[in-house]
Amino acid sequence: MALTREQMAQRVARELEDGFYVNLGIGIPTLVANYVPDGIDVMLQSENGLLGMGRFPTEEEIDPDMINAGKQTVTARPGAAIFSSAESFAMIRGGHVDLTVLGAFEVDQEGNIASWMVPGKLIKGMGGAMDLVAGAENIICTMTHASKHGESKLLEKCTLPLTGAGCINRVLTDLAYLEIKDGAFVLKERAPGVSVEEIVEKTAGKLIVPDHVPEMTFDAE
Amino acid sequence: MAGFDKRVASYEEAMEGIESGMTVIAGGFGLCGIPENLIAEIKRRAVTDLTVVSNNCGVDGFGLGVLLEDRQIRKILASYVGENAMFERQMLNDEIEVVLTPQGTLAEKMRAGGAGIPAFYTATGYGTPIGDGKEVREFNGRHYILEEAITGDFAIVKGWKADRYGNVMYRHTAQNFNPMAATAGKITVVEVEEIVEPGELEPSQIHTPGIYVDRIIQGSFEKRIEQRTVRS
Repeated sequence: MALTREQMAQRVARELEDGFYVNLGIGIPTLVANYVPDGIDVMLQSENGLLGMGRFPTEEEIDPDMINAGKQTVTARPGAAIFSSAESFAMIRGGHVDLTVLGAFEVDQEGNIASWMVPGKLIKGMGGAMDLVAGAENIICTMTHASKHGESKLLEKCTLPLTGAGCINRVLTDLAYLEIKDGAFVLKERAPGVSVEEIVEKTAGKLIVPDHVPEMTFDAE
Repeated sequence: MAGFDKRVASYEEAMEGIESGMTVIAGGFGLCGIPENLIAEIKRRAVTDLTVVSNNCGVDGFGLGVLLEDRQIRKILASYVGENAMFERQMLNDEIEVVLTPQGTLAEKMRAGGAGIPAFYTATGYGTPIGDGKEVREFNGRHYILEEAITGDFAIVKGWKADRYGNVMYRHTAQNFNPMAATAGKITVVEVEEIVEPGELEPSQIHTPGIYVDRIIQGSFEKRIEQRTVRS
């Protein structure tokens, strides 16, 4: 079975370490905040200028001056800091954020990522995505392994305009967890019940399959 | 306006001197911390052919979106322009020129502009369409592109509290692009929720020192929320 969005978030959350500053993109990455393991403290960075993003507010707590990078109303947790957008991107570009999680349309075996425009379709902009991928050492890309029509999104070379070049080193899809190393995807884990054969079939880029590929496990929620 | 007293009495006075064809740098992220009354004054003045520099372009009927109604914006530099049907229509019809700019690059362009730095190298955008045609240099084995700074004829800024010297503090994440915008205007106009007596603002807590600010006005704000999210 392919992973659900929640399971993908749960799997990514296992990569969190105590004391990490983390930037979570829109979509599945946002859900990662719901699965921070017990005993681990992370600070969420929101690129509009907030380090230490808290929960959504209650009706009484709503404040139009307090939003996240998705323009949603949020709160600040104890220990949070608020600053300008230049300061925020200094953190990002200066490599101070420990982990960035973001979505993509395509990634390729060289670590290139395409996530912001599809030619011919309306282009809304890249927001902070190009800064995030250029600045972070440690990025996990979350995406579906293949399109609805079965076309792989893990490619030899991205076909869409890039968001960043040679910057992605880990990918979690609905089928597998992979690393990108030396010009190839390395299959590290597979979703429960998903065969190696299916992953091979749906990966267009160069794929290295170790002898043993463990299956992910999830607690019943 | 005398000496260090930057206060002006009306929004008309606040935007005195703005003309068609000028470049306006605006603070704000989404609808948070936007100079909503200064934008309304630009609309009232019906100046056109503006180049606007702002992370976003408001929504239909609010924020910078109101300047689209009478096609006052010719060109915009922004990082994200979704959530705005009129904008999309004008973009598809080539009625507005859009220069999509990565968010951090946009913030740094304003910061550099205000700091007298004409250009800077950044890894952001290298190998992407944003880097096309830009100078590339390698430092320590990594590639960077040259991005040029931005200054504006006007900067319009939304603050929280200010004194008449033009010292400004921002509130929560309404800070966003405002401090950089404030440094990058030939004429910087700041509208705030409250003007306090000099000495009331703790000097070490001031975000924008008055040296950057030319005009201060106190206004009232709608503060529209774009994505109202609550926990149950």
